[in-house]
Amino acid sequence: MSDARSAILARLRQGRDGQAWSAPESDFAVVAERRWTTEERLAHFEARISSVNAEVIRVSETHWASRLAEVLQQKSLSNLLVAEELPYGSTLREAWQRGWPELLAYDQPIEQWQSQLFNEVNASLTGCRGAIAETGSIILWPTPQEPRLMSLVPPVHVVVLRADQIYDTLHQAMAEQGWAEGGMPTNVVLVSGPSKTADIEQTLAYGVHGPRELVILVLE
Amino acid sequence: MSGGIQPDQVRHFQPRAQAALKSSQIRNNFRSAMDGLMAKRQAAFEGWDLEALRDLGASIRLRALSRLPELLETLEANCVRQGIQVHWAETGDEACRIIRDLCRARGARRVIKGKSMVSEEMDLNHFLETEGIEALESDLGEYIVQLAEETPSHIIMPAIHKNTDEISELMHRTTGTDRSRDVAYLTASARQQLRDKFRSADVGISGVNFAVAETGTLCLVENEGNGRMTTTVPPCHIAVTGIEKVIEHLEDVAPLLSLLTRSATGQHITTYVNMISGPRKQAELDGPEEVHLVLVDGGRSAIYQDQELLDTLRCIRCGACMNHCPVYTRVGGHAYGTTYPGPIGKILMPHLMGLEQTRDLPSASSLCGACGEVCPVRIPIPKLLQRLRKESVDGDRMRASVVEGHGVKRRWQEALAWNGFRWLAGHPGRYRLLGWLMSRFRALVPQRVGGWSRYRTVPRPAPQTLHQLMRDRNRRQTHE
Repeated sequence: MSDARSAILARLRQGRDGQAWSAPESDFAVVAERRWTTEERLAHFEARISSVNAEVIRVSETHWASRLAEVLQQKSLSNLLVAEELPYGSTLREAWQRGWPELLAYDQPIEQWQSQLFNEVNASLTGCRGAIAETGSIILWPTPQEPRLMSLVPPVHVVVLRADQIYDTLHQAMAEQGWAEGGMPTNVVLVSGPSKTADIEQTLAYGVHGPRELVILVLE
Repeated sequence: MSGGIQPDQVRHFQPRAQAALKSSQIRNNFRSAMDGLMAKRQAAFEGWDLEALRDLGASIRLRALSRLPELLETLEANCVRQGIQVHWAETGDEACRIIRDLCRARGARRVIKGKSMVSEEMDLNHFLETEGIEALESDLGEYIVQLAEETPSHIIMPAIHKNTDEISELMHRTTGTDRSRDVAYLTASARQQLRDKFRSADVGISGVNFAVAETGTLCLVENEGNGRMTTTVPPCHIAVTGIEKVIEHLEDVAPLLSLLTRSATGQHITTYVNMISGPRKQAELDGPEEVHLVLVDGGRSAIYQDQELLDTLRCIRCGACMNHCPVYTRVGGHAYGTTYPGPIGKILMPHLMGLEQTRDLPSASSLCGACGEVCPVRIPIPKLLQRLRKESVDGDRMRASVVEGHGVKRRWQEALAWNGFRWLAGHPGRYRLLGWLMSRFRALVPQRVGGWSRYRTVPRPAPQTLHQLMRDRNRRQTHE
C-alpha cells in the first residue's frame, strides 16, 4: 500500500530474522472459569457491581415491568427509551399503564434526533448478552434495535439481565459465546458501573460523560 | 522525534528534579496519590495467583512480538475487510500529517479526543492547531492539563500533579466555572462544557489499548465514557496506536485486561471496555460512518532489532512502575521532561530520542527493582536500565548499537581510573601493593568526591589490609 508500510514491515522482519525466538506457552488456567454455581455467580456479580455504585434489583420474571416503573418514578424520571420490538420491550409495552413514564423509541438515525437524545431523554432500558461475575460487568452487544448511544447518553441506564446469563469470567464468556469464531459486531462494550472519574485529586465523582446511574434488573 | 518533546527540556533533568524536590506541593500530591495507588493495586490482586497471571501476560506479549510483522498484516486485512481504513506512519510527524489529511478531506474544523499517549508522543494537538484544526481533550485529566497548557505528569492520571484548589482556580480562570472545592461540582461543569463539544465535533480521535489481529478489533479501556462518546458520536473516528499494541487472539484480551486495570488503578475492571470492529453498518442507527486506524512506528521497529531491548515493547502502559518508583514519587512526572516518565520512560525514551538527549534518565534510578517486580508483563526494567547505563559509557562509539548516542557519557578520566583498577586488581602482587599503598597513605584520600559525597561519607581505607589482619590473627593463634 504505502512506502511506510513496506519499510516498517521490512525492518521488523530483518530485526527478527537474525534472532532466535521462543515465546513461552500461554497457560490460561488462571483466568478460566471458576466453577461457581448460579447462586455464587449472582452473589459475586452483585457484590462486585454494587461496590462501584451500580444498583442491583432482583425481581421475578412476572413483576419486573411494574418494579421498573416504581424505580423510574422514585427517581422522578419522566420518560424511558426502549426497543419495543424486542421480546422484553413488548412485555414492557403490554404491562405499561397510563400515567407511568412515557416510553420513547430509538427508531431513526442519530443525525435526525441528536439534540432530543442529548437533552430530553431521562433514562434508557436495554437488554444484554449476559454478565461476568468475577468483575461485575454487563456485556452490551448493540444492535440496530438497541444502538450504541442508547446505553451511553441518557443519565440513567437500566439493564435487564436474566440470572442464568451470568458467566464466571470474561474468558469463559468469550469462549462459550464464540466471540472470535462468530466474528465481532461493530461494537461490544463491557459496562461495570456508572460513568466515573478520579482525575481530580483521586476523588471519585460519578456521571462524567456517560450515565450517572446504572440499574440492573436481575430476573429470577 | 517530533516537536512534543523538547530536547533541551529532557537534558535538564537535574535542575528540574532539584526544583521538584524543593516543592512540598508536588511532593505531597505525588506521595499521597502513589501511596493510594499502591495499596489499591495490592488489594485488587488479593486471592489471585499473581505470578501465574504475570507469566501469562508476559507470554501473550512475547508471542505477539515474536509474530509482529505477520500480526500487523492480519490486523490490517481483518480491519479492511470490516471497513476500517488502515494507515501506516514511520514517524510521529508522518502520523500527524495523515490525520490532518483525513480531517481536511472531510472539511473538519473541530476534533474531540479520547486519551492517547501516542498522540502526546506525536504532539498531535499542537500540530493540528497550527493547521487550523481545533483539538479538544475530553478525558477529564487531559482536559485539565490542556486548559493549563501543560503536559501529562502520569500516563494514567495526567493531572495527578494538581490538587483540587489548583484545578478549581484553573477552571475558573479559563472557563468561568465558579470556584469550588466540591469535586462533583467541578466534574459536572466539565461534563456540561464537553457535551456540546462531542455533538459538534467533526472527528473523534482515540488511542488503542489492544488491537486484536484475529478479529480486527480495537479495544479501549476507560472510566468516564468520553472514549465511547469520542468513538461513537462524531461521523468519523480515527484511532491511533503504536505498532507494538497488536495481540494475536481475542482470548488474549481477558488476562491482559485483568492485569492492566488492576496494576494501573487497582480496579478489577474499568467502567467501560469498548471493543470496536468497524464503522456503522447499513441498518445501524448510530456510530461513525468512517473508522481509520493509524499504525505508528515512531522508533519502535528500531528497538525491535535488539533481542534484549525489545522487551521494552511488551509494555501495556499501566503505569504501575511509576506508582512504585521511589524516584518518580519524589520528583513527579514533569521532571523527566519526556512523554513517558518514570521507569518505563527511562528505558523507552533513550530509544526514541537517543542517549545524547536522555543521558541522565537511565541513571535517575536507585535500581531498587520495584518496577521490575510489579510489571504485569515482566519487563526486566532494572536489567534494561543497567544495559542503557553501560551503553552510555561504552568506549567504542563506532560499534553498532540500536541506541543512538552510544558512549555519550564516557569520560577519559573515569575510563582511565577503571582501566588502572583492572590492571592493579588483576594480579596478586599488584593487588597486594595497592592494598599496602592505600593503607599506608590513607590520610590522602579526599574528603569530597564531587556530587557523590554530597549525601555520603567518603570511605577511608583501613590502617591494615584484610590480608594483614588475617595473617596477624593466624600468627597469634599458632602462638597460643
